[in-house]
Amino acid sequence: MYVRLKYLIALLTLPLLIVACGGGEEKEKKTLPPPKHASESSAAAKPGDPMKDWKNNKGIGPVKSLALGEIDPKMAEEGKVIYEELCTACHKIDKKFIGPAPKGILDRRTPEWIMNMILNPEEMIQKDPIAKQLLMEANGAPMANQNLTEDQARKVLEYFRTL
Amino acid sequence: MKTYLNLIGAAILITLWGCGNNGGSDKKGAMSNAKAAEKVYVAPGEYDEFYAFMSGGFSGQLSVYGLPSGRLLKVIPVFSQDAEKGYGYNEETIPMLNTSYGFVPWDDAHHPELSQTDGVPDGRWIFINGNNTPRIARIDLTTFETTEIVEIPNSGGNHSSPFITENSEYVVAGTRFSVPFPQKDVAISSYKENFKGSISYIRADEPGKMDVAFQILVPGFDYDLAHSGKGKSHGWTFFTTYNSEESYTLKEVNASQNDKDFIAAVNWKKAEEYLAQGKAKEMPADYMHNYYDEETHMATSTKKKSVKVLIPSECPGMIYYLPTPKSPHGVDVDPTGEYIVGNGKLSADLTVHSFDKMIKAIENEAFDTEIDGIPVLKFEDVVIGTVQSGGLGPLHTEFDGKGNAYTTFFISSEVVKWKLGTWEVIDRAPCYYSVGHLMIPGGDSRKPWGKYLVALNKITKDRYLPTGPEMNHSAQLYDISGEKMELLLDFPTIGEPHYAQAIAADVVMKNSKKIYPIEHNKHPHAIKKESEAKVVREGNVVRIYMTSIRSHFNPDNIEGIKVGDKVYFHLTNLEQDWDTPHGLSVMGARNAELLVMPGQTETLLWEPQRPGIYPFYCTDFCSALHQEMQGYIRVSEAGANVPIKWSLGED
Repeated sequence: MYVRLKYLIALLTLPLLIVACGGGEEKEKKTLPPPKHASESSAAAKPGDPMKDWKNNKGIGPVKSLALGEIDPKMAEEGKVIYEELCTACHKIDKKFIGPAPKGILDRRTPEWIMNMILNPEEMIQKDPIAKQLLMEANGAPMANQNLTEDQARKVLEYFRTL
Repeated sequence: MKTYLNLIGAAILITLWGCGNNGGSDKKGAMSNAKAAEKVYVAPGEYDEFYAFMSGGFSGQLSVYGLPSGRLLKVIPVFSQDAEKGYGYNEETIPMLNTSYGFVPWDDAHHPELSQTDGVPDGRWIFINGNNTPRIARIDLTTFETTEIVEIPNSGGNHSSPFITENSEYVVAGTRFSVPFPQKDVAISSYKENFKGSISYIRADEPGKMDVAFQILVPGFDYDLAHSGKGKSHGWTFFTTYNSEESYTLKEVNASQNDKDFIAAVNWKKAEEYLAQGKAKEMPADYMHNYYDEETHMATSTKKKSVKVLIPSECPGMIYYLPTPKSPHGVDVDPTGEYIVGNGKLSADLTVHSFDKMIKAIENEAFDTEIDGIPVLKFEDVVIGTVQSGGLGPLHTEFDGKGNAYTTFFISSEVVKWKLGTWEVIDRAPCYYSVGHLMIPGGDSRKPWGKYLVALNKITKDRYLPTGPEMNHSAQLYDISGEKMELLLDFPTIGEPHYAQAIAADVVMKNSKKIYPIEHNKHPHAIKKESEAKVVREGNVVRIYMTSIRSHFNPDNIEGIKVGDKVYFHLTNLEQDWDTPHGLSVMGARNAELLVMPGQTETLLWEPQRPGIYPFYCTDFCSALHQEMQGYIRVSEAGANVPIKWSLGED
């Protein structure tokens, strides 16, 4: 009898616990935002040198594919102005400063990757294997998002082609 | 068996205690804690429903809270220097605090008032009055920065202000303490002969153009609070008065003798007509207008020298007095514009006047008497109802847009809910303790968001962990969506939040700026790229044209500065990303830091006192290399020959 009553108490108090606390828990479950870097696994990011495979890396961002034609000098000229105003605080044309030099960049990166790095640096330095490695080389100095439009980034790319 | 029942009881108690549900205590006053908590819980990463703007009172600032969470979002410096943001310390914002008395680093800020379109808060700006050195400020709600301050001349304390008109045509300013108009040196005992009140209308609908459009010279009463009409009463503003006795000493006794004081009803459209007819007298007056330009990132302070004054005896139909018991404090106009509620703070009852009755009484010209050319209407001709609530010390009323009004009672420390038209009391809720103003989002407009009510209490005592003799004032949030008011939350506030206003978050947040575009920066000392960084000496003035971006200043090594120099750091933040300000501080600088938003330029003045090497650094943690964002300045003796030199990196 004694033992049974103990179980009975347990059975009686259990639903009380659920009633008293359950509502809040359910709400929490509903409203908590999903974890932001769910699929990221930093341990798995060492399959070799990501730079080797640069030709197949278009980066992550709005630019999916871009075919380059003849260099457009007017575009390049406009791109130079934008570059000087928004980028030179960290990038010198022909030597590494805070970040890498843009000279010859089209021999190292795809045009899509370059534009995505300008337009979407936060996601790139978290997810793109090349950008992640560059962040380490820059001692953790992140590429700043300077809020260029896609058109402005395209012009900067055109300017890079003339270097 | 009895033992087992006790065990069950204990288990229930433990269960309740385990979840923190210790509600039911009279002192706390809230509904069941779990239920209340659920109503104010805003999950991590989610947004509040309302922005609440609470006056900072004697802090001089305006604080921004989220509702229903009660989370502090920002403190906006307005009338007081703020070292945290460099406001009133950096060269650009020092002119914002200029007055006809010179630089005044403090004020007492009372009543935030959102701009309106068609009587509805539109989220463009919020205004707030400075009570001590009479001023009104405009805060731009795209940047949450103070962008304009105008001083009010011929005023001895700007309390009944700003209380905007329906389309933000004007903010108003009634003087709380009457003084000679214009100021002069007289015996205080000559009050009745020499002291006058003033009611000012300040243009508010165009940024940069705030100006005293006209003043009305009125008897030397104390003009306490105000509200502008709406809907049918648009074109009118109502001001409460006390001290119609015109006493000047021991006012706590002498200003409370009359059974009735007045609500002054001003027909400002009529005043505009008289102004257009040239009826105003141009009177000399010294006051300042300060404006912060978002493109030059600089404030300028302009002196004004005269003001247009209208005299009631020369302008019939412009102003009337409505007798109202007794030393009325707040005057509040319901969403329809018909009911004008006088909160007679020394009376137990509320007096409600009718706008329609007032117009009829004016048409009938059945005036009781006249004071200095201002007709006094008969009380029974204008009153439409009395709310007999049994509360003591009514101060302020707001509305829920569903036919109900809510009034605070300071002495009996409660909010009373009553019905417009029938004047019956529906509910009452205690406040902890001694409530002053109350606020319902949009509660003084044509369209209140009648979901929450915030009581702004004057006394805190035992509500929070004690913090010595001084405690922050408490605000209390009630759910008013049902028949009964339910206390949900209380939270401490900054300074003394006299009044507050709130607005649905979506109206404001969609216009919130993230950066200042660098290409729009017209600051005369801005540089747009690092190649323009330089140091220039002109006599003993040295200007450092400096940039910041994660994570360096350019230049970061500077030599050739001498003791006795006035060194101006003109720092332009080249960042163009949201929430990437950089700070700048210099060892020994006797002002404050700079805190420069993306695309902005700010200036720090530094007057080095001793030779040596002075570090400067970024104060706002900006990146993984924030600790490295630092530089050195070399300071030499006054007569030294060290040339000006600057650099970043080794080439």
